[in-house]
Amino acid sequence: MKGWMGKIRALFLLSSLALILSGCGRENLTAFLPKGYGAEVSLNLIIISLAVMIFVFIVVMIIYTVVLVKYRRKKGQEDYIPKQTEGNKALEIIWTVIPILLLVIIAVPTVSATFDLADESEKEDTLNIKVTGNQYWWHFSYEDEEIQTSQDLYIPVGKRIYLNMVSSDVLHSFWVPSITGKMDTNPENENTMYIEAYEEGVYWGKCAELCGPSHSLMDFKIVAVSEEEYNQWVTDMQNFDAEAVPETASAQEGQELFQNNCISCHALGSSPVAVAPNLTDFGNRTKIAGVLDFDKETLVGWISNPEEFKEGNKMTNAEYLKNGSLSEEEISKIADYLLQLKPTTITPESATN
Amino acid sequence: MSTTIAQNRSFGAALWDYLTTVDHKKIGILYLVSGGFFFLLGGLEAMAIRIQLIKPANDFVSAGFYNQILTMHGTTMIFLAAMPLIFALMNAVVPLQIGARDVAFPFLNALGFWLFLAGGLILNASWFLGGAPDAGWTAYAPLSTTSPGHGVDFYVLGLQISGAGTLIAGINFLVTIVNMRAPGMTYMRMPLFTWTTFVVSALILFAFPALTVGLFLLMFDRLFGSGFFDASMGGNSVIWEHLFWIFGHPEVYILILPAFGVFSEILPVFSKKRLFGYTAMVFATVLIGFLGFMVWAHHMFTVGLGPAANSIFAVATMAIAVPTGIKIFNWLFTLWGGNITINTAMLYSLSFIPTFTIGGMTGVMLAAAAADYQFHDTYFVVAHFHYVIVGGVVFGIFAGLHYWWPRMFGKILDEKLGKLTFWTFFIGFHLTFFIQHFLGLMGMPRRYWTFLPDQGLDTGNLISTIGAFLMAFGTIVFVINVIVTSVKGEKVGGDPWDGRTLEWAIANPTPHYNFKQTPLVRGLDAFWIEKMDGRKEMTPAEPVDDIHMPNSSILPFIMALGLFIAGFGFIYQVDNSAWLAAVFIGMGILLGCMFIRSVKDDHGYHIHKEDLDKGAGL
Amino acid sequence: MSNDTLNPKVMPEEPEKATLEGKNKFLGFWFFLGGETVLFASLFGTFLALRNSTNGGPSSQELFGLDLVFIMTMLLLTSSLTSVVAIYQMKKNNFAKMQAWLAITVILGFGFLSLEIYEFYEYITLEDFTFRSSAFGSAFYTLVGFHGGHVLFGLLWILTLMIRNAKRGLNLYNAPKFYVASLYWHFIDVVWVFIFTVVYLMGVI
Repeated sequence: MKGWMGKIRALFLLSSLALILSGCGRENLTAFLPKGYGAEVSLNLIIISLAVMIFVFIVVMIIYTVVLVKYRRKKGQEDYIPKQTEGNKALEIIWTVIPILLLVIIAVPTVSATFDLADESEKEDTLNIKVTGNQYWWHFSYEDEEIQTSQDLYIPVGKRIYLNMVSSDVLHSFWVPSITGKMDTNPENENTMYIEAYEEGVYWGKCAELCGPSHSLMDFKIVAVSEEEYNQWVTDMQNFDAEAVPETASAQEGQELFQNNCISCHALGSSPVAVAPNLTDFGNRTKIAGVLDFDKETLVGWISNPEEFKEGNKMTNAEYLKNGSLSEEEISKIADYLLQLKPTTITPESATN
Repeated sequence: MSTTIAQNRSFGAALWDYLTTVDHKKIGILYLVSGGFFFLLGGLEAMAIRIQLIKPANDFVSAGFYNQILTMHGTTMIFLAAMPLIFALMNAVVPLQIGARDVAFPFLNALGFWLFLAGGLILNASWFLGGAPDAGWTAYAPLSTTSPGHGVDFYVLGLQISGAGTLIAGINFLVTIVNMRAPGMTYMRMPLFTWTTFVVSALILFAFPALTVGLFLLMFDRLFGSGFFDASMGGNSVIWEHLFWIFGHPEVYILILPAFGVFSEILPVFSKKRLFGYTAMVFATVLIGFLGFMVWAHHMFTVGLGPAANSIFAVATMAIAVPTGIKIFNWLFTLWGGNITINTAMLYSLSFIPTFTIGGMTGVMLAAAAADYQFHDTYFVVAHFHYVIVGGVVFGIFAGLHYWWPRMFGKILDEKLGKLTFWTFFIGFHLTFFIQHFLGLMGMPRRYWTFLPDQGLDTGNLISTIGAFLMAFGTIVFVINVIVTSVKGEKVGGDPWDGRTLEWAIANPTPHYNFKQTPLVRGLDAFWIEKMDGRKEMTPAEPVDDIHMPNSSILPFIMALGLFIAGFGFIYQVDNSAWLAAVFIGMGILLGCMFIRSVKDDHGYHIHKEDLDKGAGL
Repeated sequence: MSNDTLNPKVMPEEPEKATLEGKNKFLGFWFFLGGETVLFASLFGTFLALRNSTNGGPSSQELFGLDLVFIMTMLLLTSSLTSVVAIYQMKKNNFAKMQAWLAITVILGFGFLSLEIYEFYEYITLEDFTFRSSAFGSAFYTLVGFHGGHVLFGLLWILTLMIRNAKRGLNLYNAPKFYVASLYWHFIDVVWVFIFTVVYLMGVI
């Protein structure tokens, strides 16, 4: 008897210890510390349902423990045959009715929260952004502002923003745990959801629907900045000039190489081309391809052999890689050009209070 | 006399015996061996997954290969391990529990097994032929329709063929339970395992055709250029999700209900008490089965079906917690006041209760649609369904195997090794999966090949992997146990556990014809009633007479072989139309066998009553 | 089972359910048809979801005419009726008449199938409407084709039974076989009624 209760206790101690060690996860990624409306609504519902369920679990475990302590076979009673109880009407009614009541406690807030998160009454009056999921990157189109960007989604803090989401290829799912729950992007219809960030910050987003080999490498970010900073960002992005001449000679040559080799897929500025990520504010990003360290060496490596970093990505099929038409030196120049694309002073670093 | 013949039989004769058998007991063993093999295979795949995730940014396997492993782990465990192992128990036990000499359709029973095996082999052949399917066991379009190579084609054909086998098995058990019960075995006297088999067979009957259609559409899209799931042709990929989950959700209950049945057999026997609230248990089973068809869209809360649909499916899903709760409390009160013996079978059954309660709790939490926006497709879901499928189904299978092993093989599995397996498997299981609830909410989506450092996910994944190794250790010990027991174990009598139901009323080993005289059933726990009245055997319902038995046949095996050949033809005809020949040959074999089966009379044979006393058919 | 028990002097009222094997077959086949219902329901659901997804190709309004389909419906409905008569004759132990009515059923069935093939041929050659034209095309040919495949299988099955048992007449071993074959035939007929309504009638409106 001792042995097996002891083992269970040890098990629970071990698990809870592990939990304390790992905490609740990274602050800008975990769903446990909501920083946005959707995440907060979901977490409240999680807590309500968890509380009810823990109550049920405790009841079950009390009966369970009593049973195991009291009714184990005892010495000298090996042949004892207990009373063959058929059932008990009163008890059976109790454990049918009480769970129904408990479920109502969960069901009511569930329905109300579900309708709340699908509310579209303010959609016409506020910022709408079109989100497109691609293998393996995210594209964001601010249609009214005529801004195109990829990977980093800049939003003003404290404001409800509608995301209209589609996919260009297979299913993806847009998930930023600390801001909101997820919504799938489908190729055949547009799904709408709204987000609202409570605090300025950079929030990690992930793809949550298996979409191919590099499904786990499809990270993106929501950059929530103040209203003024956001307006500044919009103005800067709108004023972006793709023809502007970079400062260094290397970057200037890189610009020409970029125009000749990359522009048919990667757009700059408000060009609607979205075969590959829009690179307008590339220099302000904190990750290359969503997951790689942001430095020149990595960038050159990525441009030279994207397959090594993200299996199955479409850049592998690019002309310059098939022909081998770009030398390492040339790729380095392109990297120089890309790294100086900083059309705005509003960067992820601005996202602090 | 017959034993000497049996010992002298050559290996070839034994092989032929199993290839042609229509005996439910032998088919049960066939299911057990092949299901067990696939379980080990699926476990190997699970270990590869956990090793890959032992640390951040690991590259134990490549990203593309990882997707193949995770797809095959899910597909194998559900279709090729859990289902056949459950069928093994059903075949071994259900005809005995209802006092029948065989199932209703012995020929189809064999056919069902061989089709399952053919499908499983096709699916796994993909490993050696250019790569396994890589679109997840759910095979969501358009990822599955656009996945390069032949991997997903193997998934489609393999599942289609093994699914046909499952459907056949389902119909067989339905008719067996309706028509073949012994006199006095009314519906409300049937053991719970038979009841769950009955409900599960009905679920199979009404759920699998949706998968059949889904797989056909996927096959047409991939191999014949149709546009069901292709948005550029006006198709709609959400149709696949609906079809898949209309099948897929009942499938979950197809797996768990037989496990419920197993526990409902074991708990009364080892607490020496009648099952508490039998009637409620039966109705709860039926209700769970029925509601199982109403809730499929709770797998699709984030697809964008709208708040009304999400709310309806959320509430319907929560409703299932009520009959499930009834079952939990009935099990607890079966134990209450009992005289409880704890052996290995009982350890699994007892640990099932808290484990499954946790799985049920997270199930209700997942049903809350707006909360599911966070849970969906994360490790929280992975944790949830492993708590119900491992904590429910696998514990149930282990419990059932320990409990019925003496019925199937005449020996009791070694208790020491059994307990070692249990404790390592149980502790390993909770280590692996409990932490995953938290990993999910901390931002780890499921089906992730890797995770980045500094995201707070390292410790949890490491613990999870350690747990997985413990589970693997437990499983290996179980295999050793099986070997040790078959070599060294001692034969036991027909009723080693002081059982309550009819399968224990037979001597060991079970005769070919099960019951020399069909027993007369006088109530629930038929054998227990007789024992309480001081008898050692069942009261016969008929005098000793000739026993009619079905003929063995090689046709089921050949039919499955035909489909196996045709399957490869379908897959490769897109590359080279010469492969169409394989389609025609394979389908020709299948139809030819059906033709032979139709025109050739098969009346079976009789064991004469004079021979019964001499031990014929043992 | 001995020959005497399978060939009783007086045939029972319901020869298809007189033996345990017959009862099993009877019940099992009903269950099978339950599964088939879900199969066709899934196909109907898919068709309904995709019936307007013509992708620029021909639509149902442009394609379908009711004349031919009406004749097909009549053929199949009549064949269902004749198979009822055949089973009625079986229960009266009138083997020759049963065979005759089954023969009429088969002829009507082949008539239906020929018209269906003609219909498909017209769509493909004249209207350029194929399985690969659009999601609607895929759904149409799959649903109607699955039904057509069932018709073909049913015809071959009934023919096989007729020829196999032509010489030896009715007994308790083959009565269930005839009976479930006719059940299958009714099922196909019912499915067609739904196809006529959902695909063709709703398609021309």
